[in-house]
Amino acid sequence: MLDATSQPLLELAGLQAWYGESHILHGVDLDVRAGEVVTLLGRNGAGKTTTLKSIMGMVGKRAGSVRFEGTETIHMSSDRIARLGIALCPEERGIFSSLNVEENLMLPPQVRPGGLPLDQIFDLFPNLKERLSSQGTKLSGGEQQMLAIGRILRTGATLLMLDEPTEGLAPVIIQQIGHTIRKLKAQGFTILLVEQNFRFASTVADRYYVMEHGKIIDGFANSELAANMDKLHTYLGV
Amino acid sequence: MMIPILNISTQALFGQLLLGLINGAFYALLSLGLAVIFGMLNIVNFAHGALYMVGAFCAYFLLNLFGLGYWWALLIAPIVVGALGVVIERTMLQRLAGLDHLYGLLLTFGLALIIQGVFQNYFGSSGLPYAIPPELQGGSNLGFMYLPNYRGWVVVFSLVVCLATWFMIERTKLGAYLRAATENPSLVRAFGINVPLMITLTYGFGVGLAALAGVLAAPINQVRPLMGADFIIVVFAVVVIGGMGSIMGSVVTGFMLGVVEGMTKVFWPEASNTVVFVIMAVVLLIKPAGLFGRTA
Repeated sequence: MLDATSQPLLELAGLQAWYGESHILHGVDLDVRAGEVVTLLGRNGAGKTTTLKSIMGMVGKRAGSVRFEGTETIHMSSDRIARLGIALCPEERGIFSSLNVEENLMLPPQVRPGGLPLDQIFDLFPNLKERLSSQGTKLSGGEQQMLAIGRILRTGATLLMLDEPTEGLAPVIIQQIGHTIRKLKAQGFTILLVEQNFRFASTVADRYYVMEHGKIIDGFANSELAANMDKLHTYLGV
Repeated sequence: MMIPILNISTQALFGQLLLGLINGAFYALLSLGLAVIFGMLNIVNFAHGALYMVGAFCAYFLLNLFGLGYWWALLIAPIVVGALGVVIERTMLQRLAGLDHLYGLLLTFGLALIIQGVFQNYFGSSGLPYAIPPELQGGSNLGFMYLPNYRGWVVVFSLVVCLATWFMIERTKLGAYLRAATENPSLVRAFGINVPLMITLTYGFGVGLAALAGVLAAPINQVRPLMGADFIIVVFAVVVIGGMGSIMGSVVTGFMLGVVEGMTKVFWPEASNTVVFVIMAVVLLIKPAGLFGRTA
């Protein structure tokens, strides 16, 4: 069936990726349907971050297929991929130190109509509003994460890729990020999440993929999480 | 009417101060372009002096082949040299992205030798005259000194250009893209911005500034194939003192060192050629990132 509703928003088939000489992804297959929150789980070095960067076109060399809304992007540069409506919030957050908070927030250009208006972003992250003229990297870790998420909400991108948004943050901030992700999902955003913390992931995700050695080795829905717990402990070594 | 300070007349003092400011204006314009280019391309552009010379020759050709005077040259030469810069970036520098600084340095140094060699072949080493535009001939008596109008214009105009460039980079949206792309080009590109195009245009803009300085210099220094070669070494010292990649740093340091050099000429003429390099050595020892440099 290839009608519009059954076609995934994002579809990876046999995706391979290289950083220089090192071959990181060895054929990743996954799909994300519109409106879903999908979480990539896996140990450090399994290739989760590289998967997100490869979708975005930020690795040296890619092969295989990455289709977004049916458009093949494997030969596109990352600026063109972004213009299709995909946005990345990187693991290191990528806040620019030579830009103040407002400039950081306003930096990504609008790629499509329908991004969140600023006042809604400030509703989600009130801290940002009070610190608009601070240097971006003077914010706390939690505030920097909010800024990194907030700035991609403005752009009209429909697929948001969040790379370990809770890493190193206090529990109360993690709750706020979880709340934000649920709100974004309710607003119709599609989210591809990378997480180490599957207790957090289980509060937001619809489905999971598990990665190991640059491949997807398993996948299940959130409702099957309990039944897969033992397997998951083995996969993640926790 | 002369009040001697350490046996030096105020006339001579202010005269050297003005000369220092003029040299400073050229240092500022040239090191500003170098700073912008280094920030975005990570390339130490040794072709800068040669392109400054090409800017001056553009003014000379525009006048003698097309009858277009100084004001037209001020507009057209930066565009012509900027376009040349775009071609250089697209055909050569772009291939060096990601390689060690040394490759960019060698390539641009080689380009400088080629460009200067070609002009020397056709024009020798002596200077070609270029007249001060009629509107700026003559001078004004400021009471304490005589100010040639053209020199005053050079100082004011280059200050305006430097401040406008600073404003564009530090206070506009386009500048925010530039600053962000200097820090993390791949992320800025992943936001949907065409960073390679920005890099190309930045190089064109930086060498356009050099050409602008070349046009400004034409009526003062004459137009010579090696006019940039002598100058650029001092400019690199200015860039190092100000801090590689710092916009305001290069402007302030440019004017400051011009003045310091001028003052040295008054009080200790023998040292005036080396004072900038002595300052450079001291700054490198005390603050290796330069006076305005950000330490990574």
